[in-house]
Amino acid sequence: MERKLNVSSNPHIRDCMTTERIMQLVVIALLPSTLFGIWNFGLHAFLVIAATVLSSVIFEWLYDHFMHKPNTVGDFSAVVTGLLLALNMPPQIPLWIPVLGSAFAIIVVKQLFGGLGQNFMNPALGARCFLMISFASQMTNFSVSDSFRGVVDTVTGATPLAALKAQGFIEGSSVPVKNLFLGNIQGTIGETSALAILIGAVILLVFKVIDLKIPLTYIGSFTVFVICYMFATGMGFDGNYLLSHLFGGGLMLGAWFMATDYVTSPITPKGQIVYGCCLGVITAVFRLLGGSAEGVSYAIIFCNLLVPLIERATKPTAFGKGGKKA
Amino acid sequence: MGKLTFKGGIHPYDGKDLSKNSPIEKYLPKGEMVYPLSQHIGAPSVPCVKKGDHVLAGQKIAEAGGFVSVPLHASVSGTVKGIEKRLTATGTMSDSIIIENDQQYTEKEFDSAELSSLSREEILSRIQEGGVVGMGGAGFPAHVKLAPKDPEKIEYILVNGAECEPYLTSDYRRMLEEPEKVISGLEVILRLFDKAKGYICIEDNKPDCIEKMRALVKDRPRMEVKELMTKYPQGGERTLIYAVTGREINSSMLPADVGCIVDNVETVTDIYQAVVAGRPVMSRIVTVTGNAVANPKNFSVLTGTCMQELVEAAGGLKDDTAKVVSGGPMMGFAMYDLNVPCVKTTSAFLCLERDQVSEAKMTACINCGRCVRVCPGHVLPARLATLAERGDMAGFEKMDGMECCECGCCSYVCPAKRPLTQSIKSMRKMVLASRRKK
Repeated sequence: MERKLNVSSNPHIRDCMTTERIMQLVVIALLPSTLFGIWNFGLHAFLVIAATVLSSVIFEWLYDHFMHKPNTVGDFSAVVTGLLLALNMPPQIPLWIPVLGSAFAIIVVKQLFGGLGQNFMNPALGARCFLMISFASQMTNFSVSDSFRGVVDTVTGATPLAALKAQGFIEGSSVPVKNLFLGNIQGTIGETSALAILIGAVILLVFKVIDLKIPLTYIGSFTVFVICYMFATGMGFDGNYLLSHLFGGGLMLGAWFMATDYVTSPITPKGQIVYGCCLGVITAVFRLLGGSAEGVSYAIIFCNLLVPLIERATKPTAFGKGGKKA
Repeated sequence: MGKLTFKGGIHPYDGKDLSKNSPIEKYLPKGEMVYPLSQHIGAPSVPCVKKGDHVLAGQKIAEAGGFVSVPLHASVSGTVKGIEKRLTATGTMSDSIIIENDQQYTEKEFDSAELSSLSREEILSRIQEGGVVGMGGAGFPAHVKLAPKDPEKIEYILVNGAECEPYLTSDYRRMLEEPEKVISGLEVILRLFDKAKGYICIEDNKPDCIEKMRALVKDRPRMEVKELMTKYPQGGERTLIYAVTGREINSSMLPADVGCIVDNVETVTDIYQAVVAGRPVMSRIVTVTGNAVANPKNFSVLTGTCMQELVEAAGGLKDDTAKVVSGGPMMGFAMYDLNVPCVKTTSAFLCLERDQVSEAKMTACINCGRCVRVCPGHVLPARLATLAERGDMAGFEKMDGMECCECGCCSYVCPAKRPLTQSIKSMRKMVLASRRKK
């Protein structure tokens, strides 16, 4: 026969969703936070984002090139890693620090462990923690010198969470709720606006890139723990304190964009719920009882390490095994 | 009340519009007829004709090779040319009886019977003698399925009219054009099981069938039409039983273990023909469809007809055809040669201009969990595929690899375009082979 027909195992049709498209959707979902960060923190924030994303892509390309591996820049995962890392940087950070972070994220955390899909912790957060330990003062300097939104209210102000930690809850929890939600407060470039993050989250949910299991259990268990803490310490219920914790730090960005990272979260549906709960509790412990104001990054990379265990313990029951029998 | 369904599954492009409005057209074959001896699960049939014999349409040309086996019948009148190995749609070479069609279509006399006068044993033996097998694709002999260990325990007879595979419209046309035959077939089965209820299960993308069937079962207290949510693989045996009865079976159980028997509409029709009219399985409905044929159609095809002829009858293949599949796009077999016969289980020939499988570029698994979400077997396809690729048989079985029903949802949905179903399927075959060795 002249005509050649393709032969392959079933199924013979494929869904149009690809890894590349998923990564592109994540980038699109991060755009509201990115744009808000630039508007809020000015030109330097833009430079940080550009430098981090660009260097991540370049490191990915360099690694592939020198290790004679197929070029994986096209899958957009390096862009996502770079962008997430940038959004976790303070606005005035010297540019060489996030570039070093990109190198750590792409080469050490991701590629050395086997590349896309093989890293055991979130590359962006791994790099952030590496930078926090190495350059603690630069990484916690949230001063702002320029901004596209005109007036800069506080030039060297602390983040709401740092204020809570330093001054105790009464004075510290005085940041207006509206500012907390909209995001014109101090913090890293991408974490301050809960609104922008939630817009991105809706994009991810609508396109079914993520589902609600991890973010809701994370935020839910965190909230429960903070409320328990308020009563346990005799503070009574303080809505503003709770909202400062929910919107004042990295929780929103972490819960919607980093805890939901596929590679470093459990694949089992029940495991995702367990994972979310662990995250909430550990984040709260780090923040309320630990030495530093922030806890999200450490909580997530710590729970990343628990994922294999969680998966093993939450293997789903196969259909017809253990279910109700007639 | 919510629509009946199961957890998991996918909603692929269904392509049924291509052929759904084409009425069943009888196709008379031109060339030689090929009858593979193994068109069913179980022992192959044993030829009872020899080269040079003249046979009539409907005449038995091979005896059942055991209890789990059925006889084979000529679908045309003509002369036996020989018995030789021929290529089948699944890609294997199979011993086949070749008959030269004399174009007369002289039928042998069939002995019809009154259903009420037949005993249980007589009904079952007429079903076996009629060569009836599961026409939905598996090809399991119908008389074996209808003779469970404890017939008293059968509560539901499910007539599977879900037709969840995209593109297929053969069951749809059958239910639309000859619903009475389906009902009569179900009546035959219900006679075997006094306590059972008969459910005709149809997906809600076929409202016209549902309406027709509802009108017909109105005065039959033992029958009911069940409307199912349209979702692949709704027509899988396990998912269908679960959707309708809420009962679950695993890979080591039979539907009869939960009081159910599932038969495809085509099978039920053939049971009626075999028992009441005494006519064996000689034809079936085959959908020839896809964007690579000019006129997608539903044919009533005599078994043994060469597929090449059928495709020509549907307008022929376009020049840029990339893939031809026997069956639906989810579970069908891709073919490299169209010179294969239609058999009892051939439901469709799907001709595609584009092959999405060869176009897709495979990348690394990103652990997104889509395969887990769609898996109707509630296993972890990504993990099973990894274990299969590593050849870890023990690990594969421990992770419930044998519970996979090979429906293909995981491969369909995978954004990294990994052939998960293929890896798991191969490993399942290896496990089954090693179990047989023990």
